[in-house]
Amino acid sequence: MISLTINGASHALDVEEDMPLLWALRDVLNLTGSKYGCGVGACGACTVLINGQAVRSCSMPVGAVGGGRIETIESLKQGDTLSKVQQAWVETQAPQCGYCQSGQIMAATALLRAKPRPTDADIDAAMTNICRCGAYEQIRAAIHRAAEA
Amino acid sequence: MAGFKVSRRLVLYSLGGVAAAGGLAVGIAAMPYSTLPRARELVGKDGESVLRTWIRLGADDAVTVFVPHVDFGQGSQTAVAMMVAEEMDADWKHMRVEEAPADAAFANGALVRNFLLGNVHVPQALDGLANFGSRRMAQNMGFQITGGSSAVRGTGAVTLAPAGAAARWMLRKAAAQAWGVPLEEVETEASVLHHRASNRSARYGQMAEAAARHDPPGDLKLKERAAYRIVGKTTPRLDLPAKVDGTAHYPHDLRLEGMLYAAARQAPVIGGTLLDVDPAPAMAMRGVKKVVKTGDAVFVVADNTWRARVALDALEPRWNDGANGQVSSGAIMEAMNRGVAGAEFKTDHEAGDAETALSGAATKVEALYTIPFLAHAPMAPPAMAAQIKDGALEIWCAVQNPLGAMREAAKRAGVKEDKVRFHNMLMGGGFGRGGFADYAMHAVDVAKETDGAPVQVSWTREEDMTHDWYRQASVAKLEGGLDAQGRLVAFRNSFSERRDSAEVSALQYEVPNHLIRYVNGLNPVRWGYWRSVDNTLHGFTVECFMDECARAAGKDPAEFRRAHISERQRAVLDRVAEISNWGSAPPEGRARGIALRESFGTVVGQVAEVSVGDNGQVRVHHVWSAADAGLVVNPGNFISQIEGGVIFGLSAALYGEISVENGRVREQNFPDYDMVRMAEAPRQTVSIVESASRIGGGGEPGTPAIAAAVANGVFALTGHRVRELPLRHFDLRSGARRASA
Repeated sequence: MISLTINGASHALDVEEDMPLLWALRDVLNLTGSKYGCGVGACGACTVLINGQAVRSCSMPVGAVGGGRIETIESLKQGDTLSKVQQAWVETQAPQCGYCQSGQIMAATALLRAKPRPTDADIDAAMTNICRCGAYEQIRAAIHRAAEA
Repeated sequence: MAGFKVSRRLVLYSLGGVAAAGGLAVGIAAMPYSTLPRARELVGKDGESVLRTWIRLGADDAVTVFVPHVDFGQGSQTAVAMMVAEEMDADWKHMRVEEAPADAAFANGALVRNFLLGNVHVPQALDGLANFGSRRMAQNMGFQITGGSSAVRGTGAVTLAPAGAAARWMLRKAAAQAWGVPLEEVETEASVLHHRASNRSARYGQMAEAAARHDPPGDLKLKERAAYRIVGKTTPRLDLPAKVDGTAHYPHDLRLEGMLYAAARQAPVIGGTLLDVDPAPAMAMRGVKKVVKTGDAVFVVADNTWRARVALDALEPRWNDGANGQVSSGAIMEAMNRGVAGAEFKTDHEAGDAETALSGAATKVEALYTIPFLAHAPMAPPAMAAQIKDGALEIWCAVQNPLGAMREAAKRAGVKEDKVRFHNMLMGGGFGRGGFADYAMHAVDVAKETDGAPVQVSWTREEDMTHDWYRQASVAKLEGGLDAQGRLVAFRNSFSERRDSAEVSALQYEVPNHLIRYVNGLNPVRWGYWRSVDNTLHGFTVECFMDECARAAGKDPAEFRRAHISERQRAVLDRVAEISNWGSAPPEGRARGIALRESFGTVVGQVAEVSVGDNGQVRVHHVWSAADAGLVVNPGNFISQIEGGVIFGLSAALYGEISVENGRVREQNFPDYDMVRMAEAPRQTVSIVESASRIGGGGEPGTPAIAAAVANGVFALTGHRVRELPLRHFDLRSGARRASA
């Protein structure tokens, strides 16, 4: 059994140690907000936080997570209240197809916790996720807006 | 029930008397046809009386617009709802959108018409014929397509906006009758009817039932643009909230009781077949339920996706490569190079005598351009689910042509079409890929073998990249002749592999002698529509070549273009020059390139400011776009679409290349088919040019010219003219092709 702490709750999963965290989240726990995009850690659609750090969950075996605190997109909204990053995403109308946005929002959440007032260079360095729709202008604006909120 | 012709191409419908439950619905069709009762049945809900399709007004004031286009992020569902709200004078807060079910009643002729007629402005006398013909084709061929930048300018402008206007007229008529006042005195605003003189008012919902008893008018007038209150104002997208909290559901996210998960591997050569495979290694693995074989693929069914994929990797299927086993992109390029140098062409456009004018020109310019195959690589690799039980098929997928996919799925499953429940879910990017429903059929193939259990099939990124429908590679030989004053008097474009309609290859410059011709049949790689289709060929080749001609004429590239274009194009060119400070010196170490392209009825001018790094790669710092789309419905969203189109075109310009060897696509995933990310993304400025032109598209026109703007900027900076994409193949400090490519 693998024991994971996800969004503040403990889960015991009867899965192999080398199963990527992404598939444990999606197919075993039905937390489908994190997406599969490439399976090789290149695109970031699967980004979650482990101990506050942005991690590509498609390339993170569940056995390697240990006692790390996992946060997924599902944890950000409190009741009906969006997190300030999500709120900024709505205000800038950032998503197009939306498929990459869980990962983008989680990466931005990690960035803003580490650097509450990120510069453009900080954003360039931290936001390595692919948005195939090319909404980078809106995503950048959303991060600055969330920083000011 | 009566239908009224409101123009030679539109017929409005209402169904009087049936509206017992307090609702109103108005639909519109290009021609009356027998599937309307079926449409009513499909969109009707309890407690509401649906008369036609496409717009439904409830007693609670809610207005539901049925849009026959899938949403893959282009925001057109919101834009179309805005157009309805505008003509209906509905309060925006009451607007809802639903995607129309996959049914023949919703086949959209506008796209087919635009595609067949190549977006030409149809002469008035032929308009009815053109619409009739395409409507027939739409029905016959099962089109209900999202593509061709057609949702707003086709479905919205041609069908739904008039339906909204009709609904408003019927509501006014009902109020006039109820209050005993002249129709002309009944005014509307924000879902409320008013009669000022008697100080009476009623909500739309209160009058919906009475309105439904009236027939739509025969002489419908749409609003003048100057009177718009909703259209033209940036409006938040209706699909957005679910896309920030993880609750937006793509086919990948479907979770059903007892659902199984399957991994897919297709013949490595498209067109190849499965010879055999021993299922034993997979069957011995944890969670595996079954190995399913089809003619050209093998699937492993398991209790989760990862187990299915790992077990599939344990199999060693043997394949027959079939007819495409020897295909290679290198040989295709050679064949195309020979083709454009040869004499066997078909003519698309001809004016004057290009041959004579070229040989008599004061200065002749000639260049050969080469562009590669491209994959769509939408963010979401295909996933789809199906269940076949008790002679019925239920299918969940995301496709750009749901009606066609539904029919194909029914045939594949061996069930009647009326036994299919088809759910078209959110699409994680399309860009043309979703126009081919081959992936959706995998769900049917596997569901036939799972004894009634629902099964979700998903592709890996590798499967997606190697089994796409690819933008064609192309070679273009361009020739230009300048007179002594530096004016372009002759132009010839001999290109390989036309896939789009003839109009797309038309020269967008005024040159008295020109010939546009092509040679096809040299390129066997499976082809698919790719964002802006053949505009991506000519947007690069012709726009770089115009830059070459400008240099040969000793003129500024913007000034040179300016002398050869229409007034509408000139306004766009001038705007982009203005916002980019074209005439001013760029910052140290940078230069700017310019390009102009009209596609899907929208003129886009672009300036890219570039530098070249120590690694010899181009860095694009800023892109300015000016766009004249005639009418922009939702400006904020339109700007996002142009900017996204720029990034899409830029990823292709910098990195994009699909190569084929022994019938196999070499590129597998993002590391070798890379994308522009935040750090490489230019800052962008988009300016909308107002004009009275017909409404143009928004989803595609940002893409075609950007590669040329960048390459022209590289020339301005370095003096190296790169005539081949992607740019990563070149060390731009020297202009030399990299050996390793």
